[in-house]
Order: sequence, then C-alpha cells, then structure tokens
Amino acid sequence: MGIISRGFRGRPRDDQGRLPPGQYQVHDFPVLSAGPTPRIPLDQWEFAIDTETGRTHRWTWQELMALPQETPTVDIHCVTKWSKFDTSWQGVSLDVLFEDVETEAEYALIYSYGGYTTNLPLEDLLDGKAWIAHRFDGEELEPRHGGPARLVVPHLYFWKSAKWVRGIRLMNEDWPGFWETAGYHNYGDPWREQRYEGD
Amino acid sequence: MIRWRRARLAAAREETPTARTLVFDVEDWPGHLAGQHVDVRLTAPDGYTAQRSYSLATPEGVELTVEGLPDGEVSPYLVGELAVGDEIELRGPVGGWFVWRPAPTPVLLVAGGSGIVPLMAMIRARRTAGSTAPFHLVYSVRTPADRYYGDELDRPDPGLSVTPLYTRVEPRRRIGKDDLPEPGPDVFVCGPTGFVEAVADLLLDRGHDPGRIRTERFGG
Repeated sequence: MGIISRGFRGRPRDDQGRLPPGQYQVHDFPVLSAGPTPRIPLDQWEFAIDTETGRTHRWTWQELMALPQETPTVDIHCVTKWSKFDTSWQGVSLDVLFEDVETEAEYALIYSYGGYTTNLPLEDLLDGKAWIAHRFDGEELEPRHGGPARLVVPHLYFWKSAKWVRGIRLMNEDWPGFWETAGYHNYGDPWREQRYEGD
Repeated sequence: MIRWRRARLAAAREETPTARTLVFDVEDWPGHLAGQHVDVRLTAPDGYTAQRSYSLATPEGVELTVEGLPDGEVSPYLVGELAVGDEIELRGPVGGWFVWRPAPTPVLLVAGGSGIVPLMAMIRARRTAGSTAPFHLVYSVRTPADRYYGDELDRPDPGLSVTPLYTRVEPRRRIGKDDLPEPGPDVFVCGPTGFVEAVADLLLDRGHDPGRIRTERFGG
C-alpha cells in the first residue's frame, strides 16, 4: 500500500466492483485525441480489412448500414482515469465483418482517418468483443467522439477503440500503434492497470 | 516501467484564488520533456486510492499547477489540504506526443484556462535552452485575475509574443480566426474540450496542416 495521505478520504465508493483499479466514474463523456477532428464526407467513407496475403475487403457507408446491427451496452475505461458505465452503442460486430475474411494472422493494426493507429491481437476483436459503432446513445456518433464510425473494444483501455476508423491491417507480427510507441502499454487491460509501457 | 515515487511537497504558491502551484522533491526523478504529465496517487487510511493526471509546469524539477475543481476528488485536496512537508505518490513522466523539443521552427501555443500549464513548460523550456525559435501564445481566460503565471508572462521574453483574450471582461472576446496566425508554425492547443475543438476547427479553416496540430484536452 502507498503512503497514506493525511486527511484524504476520497469519495464514497459505490461502483459494485465495476471500476478497474485507479479509475473513477464520470457521468459526462470526456473527449481525448491527439490532433484535430478529421472531416470525413460519408460519400467518400469506406472501411477496409487488409489481410496478410494482400487481399482487401471493403465496405462503403451504405454497405455497412445494410449489415446486421447490434446495440451493445458496455462500460468504458479511459487510460486518463475516467470510466463511464452503461454506454449504449449501435454498430456492426467485427464477427460479421470477418465472416468472409480468410486469415492466419494473429495481430491487427487499426488505422483511422487523420492518421491515428492502434494495435491489438486479432482475437481481441472477435467473439463478440468489438464493434464498428456509428451511433451513441440513440444519436449519430458525433465527430468529436469518433463519428462517422469508430471501433469500440470496451475490454481494453479506450485508446484502443480508435475514433474515425478507416480499416484494419492484419499482420503476422505485432506492430505498435500511435500511443503504443509513445510510452503507453502495448495491450492495455484496465483490470491489470496496464497503462504505460512496463506496467 | 514507470514506477511510483514518493514526492514531498517542498513549496507551494497561489496562482489564482482557485489554483495552486506545487513544487515537489522527488527522489531520482529521471527528468522530462516540456508538455509531459505525471500521475498523482492519493491513499486514504482505509486503503482506497485515487489517481489523476497533471501536466508538469516547468522543464526542470517536478512542479504542477492544479486547479481546484468544486466537485473534484483529488484537486481540492492538492489545492486546499496538502501542506509543505507532506508526502504523496507520483509517477511519470508520461506522454511522448504533446511535447516540445528545442528546435528553430516557429511555435504557436493556444491555451484555454488551465490548459496553459503544459504550454508554460514549453515557454520555460525555450528560455532555459536559449532557443531563438519564435513563440506566440494565445491565452484565453475569463479575467486577468484568472491568469496563471501572470507576472512571468508580463515580463519581456525576447521572441515570445502573448495575446491575452478575456472572455468575461468587456469586450468579451472568444477566440476567432483573426487571433490565429497563418500556417507555418508547429501548433500546440490545450484546454477544455469545447475550446480545443473550436480552435482546431479555426486552424483547419485557416489552412493549417492537421499533421502539425497537437492537442491535449481536459475533461468534458
């Protein structure tokens, strides 16, 4: 245990075990990003999965909308310490997008409009763990929160849930993304408090 | 591995009625770059801990400026309770993106409220490094009394120009396109979300390269 801070009591704790170590609950929806919000016209939007053999699967906005939709309600945890419970999204499960994708790759590099990247093992995107989301709380996803569409992979710190998602590159070797090369943890499990490199 | 370190409050000074600068002695501090932040951890007697991130205000030493938030958990303690000689824990430095390294390229800094803190570290790092890179600071804040580092910013610093914008003093000035220079400088923007979004949009409208705009945002 750390040094006791004289006179510090903290807030009443009522998170029912839903708050990972070092996090606190918020009720608003803070914004964090490293640069300006990109401007992405929907008629030019596309989402792609690039396999390790060089094959590319593509979806236009209309094609994405025509796929089966899910409405997950999940808790999200940002590495900057805030957590937000019961966030409700609408989007397409990565399981649906990967249905016709043949791959032996173990790693995925997510890339976004605006140049952002983040990496994670492919298995963390599958089996109901991740979505390409385009609605939040019943409304179109605002640009500042990643609209038109963002990845949502709630079991990892939220920087893995890339805003303005453009595609997924599948690879045989792990390739660290934007924050992962800037001192943050390569995997980012909030329950093991993997915030920074070496945690 | 960024490990937790004991940090003893060595000195403190009031920046505004609600903000306080805290100077810590930290054993074996590895040093940091201007713009980086630290995580602070407080522990209650029952073992409960709370962590928050704060920007470093200086290029050398561990100095934080903390705004006491009325509904905050950690900031009111740091601003109102922590006394010189008390110890807390902190770890860092963190963040390898929102940083300035000495270089001759002109720099534009745009601060909203307490967003001045990491930008002040850059201004101070420029001075410490003897850099002649032209710096321009646009500092949007409610009133002159709400400025952090007012005395220091009022003293001449060759190559640094400052444009203050007061949002609660007549003529109430919100930042606009004309307050921002033409494309050319590297840009760092820090402040509350709405402010950063507005400034980033203005910069794009003005033709700035999105790849040269770095942002840091506080809360919702």
